[in-house]
Amino acid sequence: MFKGMIHKGSLSALAGLLAVMLILPYFMPRFYLYLIASILVMALLAMSLNLVVGFGGLFQFHHGVFYGVGAYAIALLITKTGLPQWICFILAPFAAALAGLIIGLICIRLRQLYFAMIQISLGSLLWALAFRWYDFTGGDDGIHGIPMPDILSGIHNSYYFILIVFTLSIIALFFILSSPFGITLQAARDNAQRCEAIGVFVKRHQLFAIVIASFFAGVAGVLFVVLEGSVFPDLLFWVLSLEILIMCLLGGWFTFAGPIIGAALMLSLRSFIGMQTEYWTLILGIILALLIFFLPQGVWGYILEKVKPHKEAVVEREA
Amino acid sequence: MLRVENLRNSFGDFRAVNGAELAVEKGKIVAVIGPNGAGKTTLFNLITGHLKPDSGKIVFKGEDITGLPPYAICKKGIARSFQLLNIFPRLTVFENVQVAVLSQHNRSLHLFRPAKNLLVAETRHILENVGLLSESQKIAGSLSQGDQKILEIAIALGNKPEFLILDEPTAGMSAEETSATMALVKRLAVEQGLTLLFCEHDIDIVFSMADRIMVMQQGKTIIEGTPDEVRQNEQVQQAYMGGS
Repeated sequence: MFKGMIHKGSLSALAGLLAVMLILPYFMPRFYLYLIASILVMALLAMSLNLVVGFGGLFQFHHGVFYGVGAYAIALLITKTGLPQWICFILAPFAAALAGLIIGLICIRLRQLYFAMIQISLGSLLWALAFRWYDFTGGDDGIHGIPMPDILSGIHNSYYFILIVFTLSIIALFFILSSPFGITLQAARDNAQRCEAIGVFVKRHQLFAIVIASFFAGVAGVLFVVLEGSVFPDLLFWVLSLEILIMCLLGGWFTFAGPIIGAALMLSLRSFIGMQTEYWTLILGIILALLIFFLPQGVWGYILEKVKPHKEAVVEREA
Repeated sequence: MLRVENLRNSFGDFRAVNGAELAVEKGKIVAVIGPNGAGKTTLFNLITGHLKPDSGKIVFKGEDITGLPPYAICKKGIARSFQLLNIFPRLTVFENVQVAVLSQHNRSLHLFRPAKNLLVAETRHILENVGLLSESQKIAGSLSQGDQKILEIAIALGNKPEFLILDEPTAGMSAEETSATMALVKRLAVEQGLTLLFCEHDIDIVFSMADRIMVMQQGKTIIEGTPDEVRQNEQVQQAYMGGS
């Protein structure tokens, strides 16, 4: 699990990886730079989802909506208000967190599939709002050409910005998961009844997790706008929520870094196989089916299992 | 310390608890016995808030706690273990107990501070006390059945309870494990001055260990008294000890 990442060896490996990422723009073609940046954005979104799904055990089936709210929030704040841009950057994730709080408050009263259903309905409501309200959100056209600060213009600058924010966010997520809050959240996932019996107000705890996850989804939404300079209703559509769920599944539910691998796999597949055929989802489907049969713990879960055999017992239970 | 008055609860038409009466004094060990389906577990679930009673009253330390949610009742000082295994299978043994200790210290919501350095001594002390310290870094789900039952008790102790409810702490254990576990429970109760309410199928253990025994049948309290009083009660002999 993520605890393994603290070891000195993996820490230096991570520092090395970060160094490589930092010098990439000097020799990487724009296309790949753009691809890596979008992978980082999607990976942050998937990791925020995994906080509530993998570690919280909640059926967060429409997490994409908070990503969309973050993206729309910054787009609307920049184009419709006269606020300084840096304030818009800070406010947007909080807008997503607020959406998480409101939707979470309603959903948390229900359990499992009912939780998922009400969340999908409420999220679709927001999607319909963005899709239909032409005067305010631009309707199905979305908002294009959102002005960005000069230091973020160009793929190199936005790549660095995304890389830095991504790194800071996953460090924060890592600390949250290993904090008392994180351990208690995992305890509530394993056994909610028992967790109540040791004095934890489980629903409040889970709601708090949804708000945190929504905040980081909002951060990912902001990063999307930095990369693309536009927003459109698809960001709030449930298909995206399904895709990030698949990313978590591909990488491994119960691992910290799994969703990053999942996002990288999925976006690379889309880019490279998508160039050959528009039926790339067919190939994705086959890969997914094979993975569920042979690597139910996800790609990253499988690798961790090979590296640390003593964790095997757990992974089998998870399967 | 704990008083249960005329408690009733039904599932549909089935009256699981139908007028249970119980009074537990501080520092005493009280056992609840009765045939399967007598309503023992339901009674415990009512006391700890996992079920809400239809009528009746539960008073703990002079305070009416009837119908409070489980986490609130836990904060009042009542901890429990469950009949069916009820641990956090994917966490380590250490974390299983630590979660309870963190909750007891109201730190469950703390962010941005690694949990592994928090309240370590207290958690290790509990694990040492129940004899699971050597297993502390194992994943809880990989422990043997018996050790998992012990871990359950350790989790309950993490809340520093004044009042501990154990619902069949030895279910599924061999005779040897049973007596070892009950000796452990007795030692913990004496050392920590716990008030203990438990149910157990092994009648010999119950009569040798409990200060008072409450006998339940079909959701009702038949008698509540010292082991000797209970042993001599005719109704008990018929209903419980005489035949099946």
